[in-house]
Amino acid sequence: MTDQTPVLELRGASKAFGPVQALRGVDFRVHRGEVVGLVGDNGAGKSTLVKAIAGIHTLDEGEILWEGRPVSITHPNDAVELGIATVYQDLALCDNLDVVENLFLGREQRAGGIGTITRHLDETWMEKRTHELLEHFAVTIVNVRSEVGTLSGGQRQQVAIARSLLGEPKVVLLDEPTAALGVRQTAQVLELIKRLREEGHGVVVISHNLENVFEVADRIFVLRLGQVAGDFPADEATIDQVVAAITGAAARGENGDRAGGER
Amino acid sequence: MSAEETAAAAPARPENPALAFVRRFVAGDLGELRVIVGLIVIWAIFQIQEDRFLSSTNLTNLVLQITAIGLVSVGVVLVLLLGEIDLSVGAVSGLCAAIMAVLTVKEGWSPYVAIAAAILAGTAIGLFQGFVFTRFGVPSFVVTLAGLLAWQGAHLEVLGSTGTINVTDSVITGLTSTFYEGATGWVIALVAFGAYAAGVLLGRRQRVKAGLPVRNIGSVVLRLGGAGVIAATAVLTDDRGVPLALLILVGFVAFFQYVTTRTRFGRHIFAVGGNAEAARRAGIPVTRVRVVVFAIASSMAAIGGIMAASRLLAVNQSSGGGDFLLLAIAGPVIAGTSLFGGRGSVLTALLGALVIGSISNGMDLLALESSVKFMVTGAVLLAAVVIDAIARRERQAEGRV
Repeated sequence: MTDQTPVLELRGASKAFGPVQALRGVDFRVHRGEVVGLVGDNGAGKSTLVKAIAGIHTLDEGEILWEGRPVSITHPNDAVELGIATVYQDLALCDNLDVVENLFLGREQRAGGIGTITRHLDETWMEKRTHELLEHFAVTIVNVRSEVGTLSGGQRQQVAIARSLLGEPKVVLLDEPTAALGVRQTAQVLELIKRLREEGHGVVVISHNLENVFEVADRIFVLRLGQVAGDFPADEATIDQVVAAITGAAARGENGDRAGGER
Repeated sequence: MSAEETAAAAPARPENPALAFVRRFVAGDLGELRVIVGLIVIWAIFQIQEDRFLSSTNLTNLVLQITAIGLVSVGVVLVLLLGEIDLSVGAVSGLCAAIMAVLTVKEGWSPYVAIAAAILAGTAIGLFQGFVFTRFGVPSFVVTLAGLLAWQGAHLEVLGSTGTINVTDSVITGLTSTFYEGATGWVIALVAFGAYAAGVLLGRRQRVKAGLPVRNIGSVVLRLGGAGVIAATAVLTDDRGVPLALLILVGFVAFFQYVTTRTRFGRHIFAVGGNAEAARRAGIPVTRVRVVVFAIASSMAAIGGIMAASRLLAVNQSSGGGDFLLLAIAGPVIAGTSLFGGRGSVLTALLGALVIGSISNGMDLLALESSVKFMVTGAVLLAAVVIDAIARRERQAEGRV
C-alpha cells in the first residue's frame, strides 16, 4: 500500500493480566490510508491490543511509535491527543439526544456572550457542521434532529464513527462495527470505512466476520493466544488461510493441515 | 436513509391516521399539547359546575396558589432530567422559610439579607446531598429520604417552642401581594413576550441564513403564546393586576428553560440523564453536573418556601409538609417530564403546577371534602405516570429505548 513510516507502530507489545499473558511480543503497524482487519478467536488478544492503543490498558513491555517517534500512551486522553479515535461496540450514544447533540457531546460549540450562562450553544453552526460531515462521508440521515434512539443500528454506528472523526484523528479504531447489523446496514458501514481510507485515515477494524474483513481491509492481521499468527495482504490471502491462522491449523504446515479448523 | 429503510423500520401494518394521532398524543410526541388539552378539559369541567371558576378574581388566586409549588417544581424537573429524584424539597422549603422567618422576626435582620441567607442555606443543603449521592454512590432516593426526615427535624428545631412565626415584614409579604395594575402590567407582559419573540425570530433568521430548514411549528407556537400572554394579562389586569409572584415564577421558568435547552450545562444534564456512561466517555464532568443540579433543586425549594411563607404570612410546623413534596414532583410528571430521566422540560413545572393547582382550586370552589381532593389528585397522578410508562414502552417498541 505505502512504504512510508507507519502512522502507528507497536514493537514487542506484551501485556499480562495476572497469570494470563494477553499479548506476547506483538509487532503491529498501521499506515495512513490503510485499513487493517484485526481478527482472531475469542481471547486471542484483539481487544487488549486495541485497548492498549486507546490508552485503556498500559503495555507491560514494548514500544509505541507515532509517526516514527516513540510515545507513551497511559491514559485515554494521551491517545486522543495523538489523534487516535476509538469507537467501541456499545457506541456510547445518548438515545434521548438527537444526531447533532450526540456528535458534539462534550465539545459543544458556543457563541456570543460572556460567562458560562450567556454563552449559549451555537446550534446553527453545529447543525451545519453535522450536515457537512455526514455529507462528506456519504452518510444519509434524513433528519439530523431526530433522536438517535429512533435510528437503525447501521445509522447509529455511522453516527458513532462520525463523532469519532470530529477531532480529525489520524487513526480510527473500530470494535466490531458490523456486529448485529443487517446486510444493507453492514454495506453502509463498510462504505464509510472505505471513505475513511480515501481520506487518509489509518483504520483498524476488529471483526469476527471474515467476509466483511476481506471486503474492506488492505491487510489482515491475525492474533492467536496473544501472538501474531499471520499478517496477510488482503488481496493475496484466502479465507482458508486466515481461518487456519486463527485456529492454529497453519502452525502445523505450510499447506495448511485444516483438520484443526472449525469451519 | 432511503424510503425502503424507513418502511422497514415502521410497523408493516397500515395505520389509521386518527389512531396514529392518538398514539403520538399519548406517547408525548406532540410535546406540551397533551397538557394544554388536559388543562382546557379540567377548566371546562369546573366552569360548568361553578361559573366563578374562570372569573378573573379566581384565576388571579389560582396564579398566587401555584407560585410556591411551581418554583419548587422547577428544581425537581432538573433532578428528574438527570434520572434522579429529590424527596427532600418539601422539608428543605419548610426549613429555609423558617430560617428566613427567624432571622427577620426574632433576630431583626434585614429581609433582603434574611432571604439571601435562606436561599444559601438551601444551596448548602443541596451541595451536601449531591456530594453524598455522588461520592458514596448512595441512590438519590435514599439520600434525599434521609434528608426529608433530617431537615424536617431541623425545621422544628429552628422554629422553636412557639411553633409558628408570623411574617409581617412588608418586603417579604410583598412578594405575593404586589400587583402591577393597568398600563404597567401590560407594558411588563408585552416587553417580556416581545423579548421572547425577538429571540425566536432571530434564531429563525440565523437558520435561514445558514440554509437550514425552519420548522413551521415555531410561528404557530409564537402566535398561540402571544394570544395566551394577551389573554392572561387581560384577565389579570381585570382583577388586581399582574402579580409580582407570577413574574418571579415565569422568570425562573424562563431562565431555567433557557439554561436547559440553550447552554452547554443544560445539554450535559440531558446527556447524563440519557446515558451517564456515554456522557462520562464524552468527557462531561458527570459528578459536577449532578452536584450542581441537586444544589439548584434545594435552592429552588428554598425560594418556593419563601413564597409560601409570604402568601401564608407565617411559617409554621406544617410548612413544606403534607402533600407539598408529592405535588411538586407530581406536577412536572403530569405535564410530561419522565421519571426515567433525559426527557422533559422546565416548562412542565409551570404547566404541571397549573394542572394540579386548577384541580385543587376547583374542588375548593365546589367545597368538596379533602378526602375527595386527595383521591382525585392521586388518580390524576396515577394516570400521568401510567401514560409516562406507556410512552416509554412505545418508544422501546420502536427501538428507541
